[in-house]
Amino acid sequence: MKVPILKQGDYLIASVQSVLTDLDLKQLHDDLVEKVGRFRSRGVIVDVTALDVMDSFAARMLRTIAHITKLRGAETVVVGIQPDVAFSMVQLGLMLDDVTTALDLEEGLAYLKQLVKGNSTKDD
Amino acid sequence: MIEKIIVNIGLESDIVTARQQGKKLAKHLDFSSSELTTIATAISELARNIVDYAGGGEIILKLIQQNGKQGIAIVARDNGPGIKDLELAMQDGYSTGKGLGLGLPGTKRLMDDFEIFSEIGKGTTIIVKKWRKQNAC
Ligand SMILES: Nc1ncnc2c1ncn2[C@@H]1O[C@H](COP(=O)(O)OP(=O)(O)OP(=O)(O)O)[C@@H](O)[C@H]1O
Ligand SMILES: [Mg+2]
Repeated sequence: MKVPILKQGDYLIASVQSVLTDLDLKQLHDDLVEKVGRFRSRGVIVDVTALDVMDSFAARMLRTIAHITKLRGAETVVVGIQPDVAFSMVQLGLMLDDVTTALDLEEGLAYLKQLVKGNSTKDD
Repeated sequence: MIEKIIVNIGLESDIVTARQQGKKLAKHLDFSSSELTTIATAISELARNIVDYAGGGEIILKLIQQNGKQGIAIVARDNGPGIKDLELAMQDGYSTGKGLGLGLPGTKRLMDDFEIFSEIGKGTTIIVKKWRKQNAC
């Protein structure tokens, strides 16, 4: 299922649906990179609350998304990793080391807001 | 009650089918939701390896019994190129592709039993099992 992306002010919010194929993930990656540029977004939230499995491929794609959007000037936060999913990720050995995570959408947005405020030495 | 399901693995989208079928089958045994996620994650890793490295194969899902224990077995089978060095392939971080090299060692950690057979030029078969926890003893 394609991941819908919502624009909310300076941010983009991508809500991952329960069934996520590799192609959906690649599409999400491409869509986010394009939209960050088009809307000059400062932050991206990838909400994985509905996702029931995070395997090594999904984790790698999320990391890639976070890295690329950063190079495009936007910070990515992954929110809503469910306890069961987190448990499996740990056993698998998956670490989203360099990816910012937050408990839920609200916390993710709060994080981005204070980050953008702190960074407001923009020279435009 | 269905006890055995075979899922052909050829395309990326078959990975999702396999893990959904696996979860459905495992639900017959009242695994906890955390265990169901564990089983689905293992299926995902094994199926993806078939797509990535063997070009196709199958995942066989079975409900099993042994010494009064109940569980689920997942057999991932392909006629692909086989794995040259099994010891290396089972190490965290070893990948001949672009992966994190966590699929095989991670699956071993996720499941209770793990067996792997591979022959160069013939293919690979991996059998993993998850047993249902016994209620009190
Ligand atoms: N079915 C298979 N047929 C042939 N080679 C395989 C098969 N499964 C795994 N391999 C080999 O074993 C290596 C390790 O597999 P593993 O799943 O642990 O890591 P990966 O697939 O490379 O990365 P990740 O699973 O973390 O994305 C692979 O890189 C590949 O060379
Ligand atoms: Mg793998």
